[in-house]
Amino acid sequence: MNKIIQTVLLTMLIGAACTAGRAAEAYREQMQGLDEQVQEVKSDVLSIAAQLNQLEERLLYPSDTHLAVFVALAKGETLRLDAVRIQIDGQPAARYIYSFKELEALQKGGVQRIYTGNIATGQHEIEVSLTGKLSGGKDYTHTERFPFSKAIQPKLIGVTLAGPDSGQPSINVGEW
Amino acid sequence: MRSARNLMLGLTLAAVWATRASHSAELKDLYFGEALYQAYQGHYFDALERLDAEMAQHRRVDERERDSLFFHIKQAEFSVGDFELYYRMHHRAGRAIKAVLEANVEDAVRNEAAFRLARIHFQKDQPRNALEALERIHGDVPVGLRDEIEFLRANVYMALGRAQDAVEVLKRLQGSRPLTGFAAYNMGIALLQSGHQPQALQQLDKAGQVDAHDSAAAAAIRDKSNMVLGKLLLDSSHFARAQQSFDRVRLEGPYSNQALLNSGWAEVSARNYQRALVPWGILAGRDPTDSAVQEAKLALPFAYSKLNVHGRAALLYDQALTTFGQELVKVDASIKSIRAGKFLQALAREEVLQDKDWVIRLRALPDEPETFYLATLMASHDFQTALQNYLDLEDLRRRLTAWQSNFDAFEDIIRLRRLNYEPLLPKVDARFGELDSQVRLRLEQREHLRKRLQDILIAPRPELLATADERISLNRLHQLEKALHQSNDPKAALLQERVERLKGVLTWTLRTQYAERLTKAHEHLRELDRDVAMLKARYDEFVRTRQAATHSYAGYGTSITQLRSRVHDALQQVNTLLARQGTLIEAVAISELQARGDRLEKYQTQARYAVADSYDRATNAPAGGGQP
Repeated sequence: MNKIIQTVLLTMLIGAACTAGRAAEAYREQMQGLDEQVQEVKSDVLSIAAQLNQLEERLLYPSDTHLAVFVALAKGETLRLDAVRIQIDGQPAARYIYSFKELEALQKGGVQRIYTGNIATGQHEIEVSLTGKLSGGKDYTHTERFPFSKAIQPKLIGVTLAGPDSGQPSINVGEW
Repeated sequence: MRSARNLMLGLTLAAVWATRASHSAELKDLYFGEALYQAYQGHYFDALERLDAEMAQHRRVDERERDSLFFHIKQAEFSVGDFELYYRMHHRAGRAIKAVLEANVEDAVRNEAAFRLARIHFQKDQPRNALEALERIHGDVPVGLRDEIEFLRANVYMALGRAQDAVEVLKRLQGSRPLTGFAAYNMGIALLQSGHQPQALQQLDKAGQVDAHDSAAAAAIRDKSNMVLGKLLLDSSHFARAQQSFDRVRLEGPYSNQALLNSGWAEVSARNYQRALVPWGILAGRDPTDSAVQEAKLALPFAYSKLNVHGRAALLYDQALTTFGQELVKVDASIKSIRAGKFLQALAREEVLQDKDWVIRLRALPDEPETFYLATLMASHDFQTALQNYLDLEDLRRRLTAWQSNFDAFEDIIRLRRLNYEPLLPKVDARFGELDSQVRLRLEQREHLRKRLQDILIAPRPELLATADERISLNRLHQLEKALHQSNDPKAALLQERVERLKGVLTWTLRTQYAERLTKAHEHLRELDRDVAMLKARYDEFVRTRQAATHSYAGYGTSITQLRSRVHDALQQVNTLLARQGTLIEAVAISELQARGDRLEKYQTQARYAVADSYDRATNAPAGGGQP
């Protein structure tokens, strides 16, 4: 029985973590070696992604017709954004329903690219509709239309959303 | 050195250093905002992809101050390093931060960069390099970073074996609220390392009683302090004080099971067998996959046997035997499940990507390995890195596979565009050639008119502003004049006089209306200019559209071929690494399970002997003596 105590005491003092530690230690070097290689391949894939993006942009969205629409939340906005719908010249362009994680990213100052497409040069109209809940839990819906012109360079439109109590326009469209 | 590093919890503060929400300054660059949007969701590949592209474009711009990223460039340079760090690309993160360090920047920016670089080196187990980076910090240091820098410095000293230096630094941090518990605990360990055992025990005692301010991390480090202190006291046979430390560990915290187990052993060491029954009794009823619980299942009957309650001891040993048998079956099944590749399949599930705690909850799925047996292993930094690398590789594989199919779609688009445009373009070009000549002619005419009007301004020539009728009349009068000169008719002189009079009328009109006509001519020229500008715009638009038509299908062949080949090579590399990483994870997990299985077998053997011994003693005991 004393042997049992000894064994058990020894186990106790070394601790369960040591078993895991030993196993991890034995494979540690292999893991580190692989980690270096994984870092290299990540770097390589990122560089492929960059080239691929350029190719896609040239092929699918040439600069003279390129239109991108971005969505942001006004600073300090408490509106719980549920969905945004974008129409361009009366045609549906994008409709997006936000997850909690995405809403949080917007609230922290992130900007979502909601639409990328092509449009002819000249005068156009964008219609933005937002659906959400106000801080008091009341449903809120708002729609507005804005004219914009497309020249030969790529057109970036930034849509900033806010609730009705923020003292700012509910939908503000800025051109970049 | 490594054991000391394992004791340090400095890295747990990484979360404190993590993303500092921007939104502080007005956003000027939408693509930078998009990179932040991805990063805030933990999509670091997408964030880096976006930010790399934006920064590359910014570097290509001649007048950078006119580029929208110019307003955020410092934040962007830091963010790249941060994103790379979170995406576990330490080499690139280090390079990005070094670039900031070497640039001509303010003290505060350089110091923050040096701190970040030091942190990377420390995480990569390079304390010497970390210290070098920390030594570059001087001048203005951002207020929010001061304690963090010093805390890191203390950790680096400890990793370098300079425990006394660490103690000096940590003394100054004892009042830091964000480091509550951490600074106190690390100081205890540093004192221990520097050979000041009594002071170390005192310090750990303090760390074991800090107010955690509702912080889960501070509460966990307080528990850890009590655990370490308790073990040290137990080692030095101060059983009662050890007992106190173990009692301070929360009953629901991560160290709870170990604390209950050690608490029992402290009582047993002090020969208080009756009191050992309480913590071990609680522990024995907990989840049997935990190693402390398994040990308690042996320890509890051991305490009963010491109290001469052999019948109860025999019963509990018997129950322990049953549990160990059941657990061994689980361990064997888990090893089989891992060997069948189910562990890796489960790790790549969507739920795991969404919620890292799912790794632990995998046990809820049928035929999955018992992940509670792997919890300790999974919590280790190396295994976490390996696991994250596996998940990252799986993500890269998905992306590369999708890109491969994109190339076929791109080629289809190009083929269809060629089919559409190639038959049309020769006719369009021919018609355009004709229109082009006409446009050029009109432009030349307009230029000619402009020049003439310009000349008139310098040297007035009213006849140039004559109307068509007036010009016809003038020509007719010149012809008549010429004819009259050659005529011998006696009436010629009279006729000549009439011609002169008519010429005079025309000259009068031209001269008196000159100013008005000149103004009108300029007005007409301006009207013409508007038409010409419209014509030119349409001409340019046509040229661009014509070029775009060709560009929409020509010149992609080489880049698609090259990219296709790069994607193919990268995919092969990713698959190879994925297999190696997966095999390694499986091997480590199996090794851990085997170790746990071996221990369970030993417990089983011990329990078998003990159960027989207890039954013997219970049978031989006087009536009633064998029952609790």
